[in-house]
Amino acid sequence: MTIGGLYWGFFETPDVLSDQKQYYRIIFIHVPAAWMSMWLYIVIAGWSLVGLIMNTRLSYMMAAATAPTGAVFTFIALWTGAFWGKTSWGTWWDWDPRMTSELILLFIYIGYMALQAAIDDTRRADKASAILALVGVFMIPLIYWSVNCPDPNQCTALHQRSSMESIEPNILWSMLVMTLAFWSYSFYVIFKRVRNTILEREKHADWVNELPEIRSNASGI
Amino acid sequence: MFSSLKMIVLRDLMLAMRRKTEVLTTLFFFIIVISLFPLGIGSDKQILIKIAPGVVWVAALLASMLALERLFAADYDDGTLEQMLLIPQPVFVLVLGKVLAHWFLTGLPLVLVTPLVGLQYQLPDVAIYSMMQSLLLGTPILSLIGAIGAALTLGVRGGGILLSLLILPLYIPVLIYGSGAIEASMMAGAPVQSYLMLMAAFAIIAIIFAPWATAAALKIAVE
Repeated sequence: MTIGGLYWGFFETPDVLSDQKQYYRIIFIHVPAAWMSMWLYIVIAGWSLVGLIMNTRLSYMMAAATAPTGAVFTFIALWTGAFWGKTSWGTWWDWDPRMTSELILLFIYIGYMALQAAIDDTRRADKASAILALVGVFMIPLIYWSVNCPDPNQCTALHQRSSMESIEPNILWSMLVMTLAFWSYSFYVIFKRVRNTILEREKHADWVNELPEIRSNASGI
Repeated sequence: MFSSLKMIVLRDLMLAMRRKTEVLTTLFFFIIVISLFPLGIGSDKQILIKIAPGVVWVAALLASMLALERLFAADYDDGTLEQMLLIPQPVFVLVLGKVLAHWFLTGLPLVLVTPLVGLQYQLPDVAIYSMMQSLLLGTPILSLIGAIGAALTLGVRGGGILLSLLILPLYIPVLIYGSGAIEASMMAGAPVQSYLMLMAAFAIIAIIFAPWATAAALKIAVE
């Protein structure tokens, strides 16, 4: 899986090719990042649910490892969105529904990570942040709709219906490939992070100390 | 079940009555924050009327959040909470009772004091009326959601700041619809009722799910 992630990670750049206006290119980062930011949150909530039901430690580790990646993607989506906004609307920030809900998503990610970091006891930290993640997953659609449609009479959305069929196929394809690349990147990073977490939490176990890299490290010192 | 609910509410209210400052601090915090805005922005009537809904709601969020820290902390510190979790009644009831008492002490006074705020901001009567309505519906939601955060951060270092980080993003829908309702009441022909009905829906969802999540969080905290 790691090798696969690296492979796609290396090949993500050549796919970002298009003959559109310059500033259109950011869509290849912006849209997949926004998709990933939302999807990864659902992943966190899913792992948290599994963790709370089955009481498995690994699922908490997966959830905790996913959070930083999700936050990074949220931030990327916001930042590239700001660039996009500057060139096409002439403003860095507008209280557009999409932006606002993405910003709130970023806050929720940060809250999740802060709670995880603040509690010393790992078991309690895992469970507490799992509950927070599940509460958050309730709130995300609520926030999305409430920001999206503050007045029931005038539902305005700026790039809500950027209709899929009107996009040129090669843009759509490269966007999808970028999404796949981001997927693989997330897989790679998340599994790396989980590996570190496992090693850290199990550092007293025999099998960890028998791993070749750890033994070579120890002998190097 | 109802008798134990009543007992928990009465107990918390009695404890709070013995220490009146805590209730009054929240209330006066609310009033002071609201009074600061005209001082900073200037007392132009048009501007004041325009910012009033948002200011009132943001102040209400902050005031209820400040009070949240104390929701479970005292009982947690002296071990009462652990005993309470052992009673044969569902924890749901315990949480609901504590949240209800908390709302009586922090939410209800805010609702009652809003006409004063309306006069400060020279709002028309309809706006004051809908402000009270929206706060009456909204503050219980704040207490319910906040209880989850309070339970999650029990006994955590720097819990207060962490609590605000966790809870404030979750307060956003209430803020949007609450201030939306007040604004709508000042526009001719805008529907206030739809906002209030949506807030009522939020309140129902919060009453069903929030005590449940809080109960789970409390069990983790005392584990």
